[in-house]
Amino acid sequence: MANRTALYESHLQAGAKMVDFGGWDMPINYGSQIEEHNQVRTDAGMFDVSHMTVVDVQGEGSKAFLQYLLANDVAKLKTPGKALYSGMLNLDGGVIDDLIVYNMQDGNTQGWFRVVVNCATREKDLAWMATQSQGFSVTITERPDFAMIAVQGPNAIAKTCAVVGEPKAAVIQSLSVFQGLPADDWFIARTGYTGEDGLEIMLPNEQAPAFWQQLIEGGVAPCGLGARDTLRLEAGMNLYGSDMDDSVSPLAAGMGWTIAWAPEDREFIGRGPIAAEKASGPAMKQVGLVLETRGVLRGHQKVIVANVGEGEITSGTFSPTLGYSIALARVPAATGEAAQVEIRGKLHDVKVVKPPFVRNGKQVF
Amino acid sequence: MSEIPTELRYLSSHEWVRVEDGVAIIGITAHAQHAMGDLVFVEMPEVGTELAAGDEAGVVESVKAASDIYTPVSGEVIEINGLLEEAPETVNSDPYGEGWMFKVQIADESELENTLTADEYQAQIEDE
Repeated sequence: MANRTALYESHLQAGAKMVDFGGWDMPINYGSQIEEHNQVRTDAGMFDVSHMTVVDVQGEGSKAFLQYLLANDVAKLKTPGKALYSGMLNLDGGVIDDLIVYNMQDGNTQGWFRVVVNCATREKDLAWMATQSQGFSVTITERPDFAMIAVQGPNAIAKTCAVVGEPKAAVIQSLSVFQGLPADDWFIARTGYTGEDGLEIMLPNEQAPAFWQQLIEGGVAPCGLGARDTLRLEAGMNLYGSDMDDSVSPLAAGMGWTIAWAPEDREFIGRGPIAAEKASGPAMKQVGLVLETRGVLRGHQKVIVANVGEGEITSGTFSPTLGYSIALARVPAATGEAAQVEIRGKLHDVKVVKPPFVRNGKQVF
Repeated sequence: MSEIPTELRYLSSHEWVRVEDGVAIIGITAHAQHAMGDLVFVEMPEVGTELAAGDEAGVVESVKAASDIYTPVSGEVIEINGLLEEAPETVNSDPYGEGWMFKVQIADESELENTLTADEYQAQIEDE
């Protein structure tokens, strides 16, 4: 039987259409994916993301371990609660997973970190972390006791503050972007996967259904994984397994900005191969594509760049905010501003742009 | 359970067909539009195209997927639903009415015997 989150019954009550997602029964939509998408862009929507894997990395070696494990450098996290996006690479420099790591230091306790990785990659991630942690004084603890609710949209913070009560609201008001802090037995972060302001809230499983209901009553609309995908793609954010995987370098997946090359003597897993690739010039790069005529770009469609070569769409969809189709694609590094995409045997002209496509409700390319 | 009008005939690929005065009116079922989610784009055959039964006649694209549309009968395409060019979501809101897709002048009525009754179509989608 598939795994179910603490909110499974809440989804059925809200009329969700449930699908299998990485071994979990999850809501794809509650009626209309486009309405849910627009709700997040214009007001506030929420997603059950309890299927994601929360892992606590503790112990005196935790910082050194993560500096070795991750391509980005947790030494950048100087403020308590500050978060970092990073790839976790294999020995060849391919992306095992992308993740967010929070600095959990609160001034009194020894520094430790909370890591959120994907759901479909859970087992290989945990195995890799366990293997690589040998020789470091760390404990790695999965936290299945947490549910996670992402509340996203221009009104997400105000509507959440209105239902959580004063102590938690004060914590939320204090958060800067990309920072997460504990509040009682919750952990509240100002992060997300939609390109809007908002929160990702970890709370004990048994409290999740009541909080979900409070948010509904507070005017936050339940949104499914369908809308989550169109929102993240408009925001130019990668989806693991589509836009990159173990065989793809972060340099070819638009993740160059997440690699901390300095200090030069920090040895992290995969550094050698991607440093060599960077020095010789990566063969491929990630771009955004825009199709302003009718049709929808989809993953695996072929991209043809005249006089340069070929690439492939890694994820594509219809953009509800823009009213036409957009995609992320991996193409030859020499690709300029124009390309063609083959859709059902016909070539369509597309514009090549730099993602993101939409931020805070507005077109940005 | 999705609505399946008894007066229509069906294809296993989720098209419906209504016959009026020798003309086949074709669309996709309530079950199909529900499975696909919000439609954003409908590509239809050109008026005047000669189709053979089972030919691909068009494509519907939703936010999440594209799906081919097949014709249940042979004949010339005599009209397409121009409304869907600007308002593809009509297929979601009224799949058997305003969301019809194209009309074919039926060349051979006997081909309709190869289509499914409402009961047969119902049985098929219950097996999916």
